[in-house]
Amino acid sequence: MRLPVKKTYKLYVGGAFPRSESGRSYDAEGANVARASRKDLRDAVRAARDAFPKWAGMTAYNRGQVLYRVAEIMEGRRTQFTELTGDEAEVDAAIDTWVWYAGWADKLAQVLGSSNPVAGPYFNFTVPEPTGVVGVVAPEEPPLAGFVAHLAPVIVGGNAAVIIASEKRPLAAVTLAEVLATSDVPGGVVNVLTGRKEELCPVLAGHMDVNAVDLSGVGDERAELERLAADNVKRVVSNGDGQSPWHVAAFLELKTVWHPVGV
Amino acid sequence: MTEIQKRQDRSPVPSAFDYAPAPESREIVSLEERYGLFVGGEWVEPKSGESHPTISPATEEELAEVAYAGPEDVGLAVDAARDAFDNGWSDIAPSERAKYLFRIARLLQERSREFAVLESLDGGKPIRESRDVDLPLAAAHFFYYAGWADKLEYAFPNRRPKPVGVAGQIIPWNFPLLMLSWKIAPALAAGNTVVLKPAESTPLTALLFCDVVRQAELPPGVVNIVTGDGRAGAELVKHPGVDKVAFTGSTDVGKEIQRAVAGTGKKLTLELGGKAANIIFDDAPLDQAVEGIINGIYFNQGHVCCAGSRLLVQESIYEQVIAKLKRRMGTLRVGDPLDKNTDIGAINSREQLEKIRELVAAGEEEGAEIFQPPCRLPEKGWWFPPTVFTNVAQSYRIAQEEIFGPVLSVLTFRTPDEAVEKANNTPYGLSAGVWTEKGSRILSMAQRLRAGVIWANTYNRFDPASPFGGYKESGFGREGGRHGLEPYMRFE
Amino acid sequence: MAQAPALPGGFELPLEPRLPRIGSVDQVAVEERAAALSRRSIKRESKLFALDLAVRMMDLTTLEGADTPGKIAALCSKAMRPDPSDLTVPSVAAVCIYPNLVPVALDRVRGSGVRVASVATAFPSGQSPLELKVEEAAQVAELGADEIDMVIDRGAFLAGQYAKVYDEVRRVKEACGDAHLKVILETGELGTYDNVRRASLLAIAGGADFIKTSTGKIQPAATLPVTLVMLEAIRDVYEETGRKIGMKPAGGIRHAKQAVQYLVLLHETLGTEWLTPDLFRFGASSLLNDVLLQIRKEKTGRYQSPDYFTID
Repeated sequence: MRLPVKKTYKLYVGGAFPRSESGRSYDAEGANVARASRKDLRDAVRAARDAFPKWAGMTAYNRGQVLYRVAEIMEGRRTQFTELTGDEAEVDAAIDTWVWYAGWADKLAQVLGSSNPVAGPYFNFTVPEPTGVVGVVAPEEPPLAGFVAHLAPVIVGGNAAVIIASEKRPLAAVTLAEVLATSDVPGGVVNVLTGRKEELCPVLAGHMDVNAVDLSGVGDERAELERLAADNVKRVVSNGDGQSPWHVAAFLELKTVWHPVGV
Repeated sequence: MTEIQKRQDRSPVPSAFDYAPAPESREIVSLEERYGLFVGGEWVEPKSGESHPTISPATEEELAEVAYAGPEDVGLAVDAARDAFDNGWSDIAPSERAKYLFRIARLLQERSREFAVLESLDGGKPIRESRDVDLPLAAAHFFYYAGWADKLEYAFPNRRPKPVGVAGQIIPWNFPLLMLSWKIAPALAAGNTVVLKPAESTPLTALLFCDVVRQAELPPGVVNIVTGDGRAGAELVKHPGVDKVAFTGSTDVGKEIQRAVAGTGKKLTLELGGKAANIIFDDAPLDQAVEGIINGIYFNQGHVCCAGSRLLVQESIYEQVIAKLKRRMGTLRVGDPLDKNTDIGAINSREQLEKIRELVAAGEEEGAEIFQPPCRLPEKGWWFPPTVFTNVAQSYRIAQEEIFGPVLSVLTFRTPDEAVEKANNTPYGLSAGVWTEKGSRILSMAQRLRAGVIWANTYNRFDPASPFGGYKESGFGREGGRHGLEPYMRFE
Repeated sequence: MAQAPALPGGFELPLEPRLPRIGSVDQVAVEERAAALSRRSIKRESKLFALDLAVRMMDLTTLEGADTPGKIAALCSKAMRPDPSDLTVPSVAAVCIYPNLVPVALDRVRGSGVRVASVATAFPSGQSPLELKVEEAAQVAELGADEIDMVIDRGAFLAGQYAKVYDEVRRVKEACGDAHLKVILETGELGTYDNVRRASLLAIAGGADFIKTSTGKIQPAATLPVTLVMLEAIRDVYEETGRKIGMKPAGGIRHAKQAVQYLVLLHETLGTEWLTPDLFRFGASSLLNDVLLQIRKEKTGRYQSPDYFTID
């Protein structure tokens, strides 16, 4: 009888898989999962900030292709994910969510932007731009589809993400991180932290270098987190679990430019 | 003289810094001896019994025997498309429809080199262009429209978009695969099925595309390819089973098609000819503007509807620009399309070569001054050297008619107003170019030029997200972008 | 003193000698053109010629605080006889060194045809009083250097003091005497291609024999697009006045393949006349060995190992 090699579930930060700097882990789904500390979160935000300019600077077409590739790789691991989540339909939905958002990358400007007919000899246009580093607290359930539903809209528009996985069922998220690491997603664009939401959420909500937070996966502590977020005027977003370009728009800024028209 | 100095004297003296032939290998392409029509997901023999060879314009070699569809063949194809539309394609979940298109995009990327070589072989365009422009854009076009398939309600808010049904599509020989993708991608994304007729002289990449359709496992009848000539096109246009006609080609044929569908209620889009003005102001970045002129008219041998075939140069920099232009023309390489160093490939057909020669002769006769850099042209095949006419009057045929070859006509202007006037003084209105460092002037010119595509400080740039189409006799309807979906939808 | 009138804002070239208007450069187009030219493939016979030419065009360089007479002696030996096992490989054009080492270098290369080029004018920053910089150039010329590589005052340039930059080039050119003057623009600090063109024309107006991209001390150093912009400025000067100015990309050219790309760019822009060490140089150090490797590969058909080529 062959003894299987057991997996170590680590964090995903800056494109690498470090353990928590605190050395701690906690028990989830029968495995020891890294228990991220505030310092891990600090490192994750730094990694996201570093990765942001390059990701935001890629063409929209390129970003779309990267998200599609995530779907391609995930499709190849359908069996693994089905075993982890116990729900084939959930896995299919998660993969299809990547495909859906991949197709938005090069269309957002056309739906969200505009050329504006101002009353004067000026050309005036509005374009959407990514806001920067976005913190996401993923819902507890469903652990995979919910995670993807809140991550994809953040990064398709060019933002970098620090995402806290489901606390009780984190294994699918960590496995998804492996998919991200092998799908042309530049390191640091997505950073996945596992651990106690109670410890991590306040640090995320209060971090002065995070531009927006999605608090969908948060329970009673919401009001306190929203207060913390006000310290650097974060955009506080509560997207539902469905898919919509407005979920993407929630993490985009709008820039309007004027230029005179004349010889 | 020292030993070392003597050694240096023996160094080879330059005679010429020659470019090596850098041929792309043909081996990647495997051609059938003959091709049938692709109808209902199968290869079928033409009921017309007619077939003709398709010829490589660089060598006059016969590449393969291709079927010429007759009326019955066209009818069968339309029936297959109708059948596929009614029984499945319009009903399947839009997100699944999207996945077929994503598959096609990825397949084109994977088989990119094969298609690029075939395109250059069949059509004569340089491999550098088919490899670096045609193929990436074709794949990108499918990828872009794949993303719209399940998002149509966002493209047309409040309008409840539905597919039109069966689209009959006729494409030209200048960008065969790219034009195929411009037609098929949005049509399928919107939920339609198609019958597409490639150009007579360039059927091969469309036929190879059928293999991509097979690999993508597209349901039979969604895409049907019927090769043939103008007769098959006419049949397709008038067939009552076709709900929408899309045509890219010459203005004359476009008008015939418009007459043919008059009163039938069929939706129609036309992308026709052009005689674009490429306008250079005295504050333009000159060396880059010259590159832009070159790219505007000699890219794809000038077989481009939006080619910058009229150079409008501000009089104050006329001498300088012409000198730089002529010098730069001297470094253009005409030759084997499969050679990676070639800039200008073969003229697509004998007929086209005759047309170019006729118009060039007219230009000389009317009094324009011709310049062609010395060029050694291959013996077999159809070739024309890059040509520029100076001393051109607005009324000359070479300033009015579309030549569709590597021939540039140069006119001058004094003020922006005069430039706009001259640029707009044509029944065409597809595109225009503006070269100036001044932002407000770019915007002012863009506002006043009556053309569907304006390139500022660049030329011949295409992107699936960027709508393309003309004003006036250059046609109507747009391809690319969100707007490119509209012709393929009906709204309740 | 300067003949350029000191007008507020904007740079006015003196009317004598006539020079082309400054104009502007489109970044996207120039980078595309350079990239397209870098994809040309040249004939095998032309490649050998190009590699040989690259050696003959090289200014073999060492500009370190730690340079000693010993280091210079070794450099000079390499410069005169790059490949002892293949005596058909020519000498390089010049060695490029700091002023203190000029006498040592002159001694070593005497009679070989290899020239001695020295930097001057508070290289690499140029941030010193003008009189000191001019004096340095004069002394280097006095020491016997054949060529002098000066730097323009980028601080003055970026502050819009174009007349000052022009003056300095004029003064240094006077101080050079018979030595030929290369003017380093330090393109990596100039920010835009427009500025590179402006600085090129400025340097040429001031009397440069060669314009040079970089000191090699910062990134980015030489690039194909920057070189194209400078060659186009040289072309415009030639069309306008008949003067032939040389060009030297320096820094960041490590591989023979790159060197060949620069030569293709040169040939397409200025033609065969410029394919000579009198009008084009490479400022490089490790490039030489890679070129030797490629020459031997072309001659023997076998890929080579760096082990078989001396470091100096």
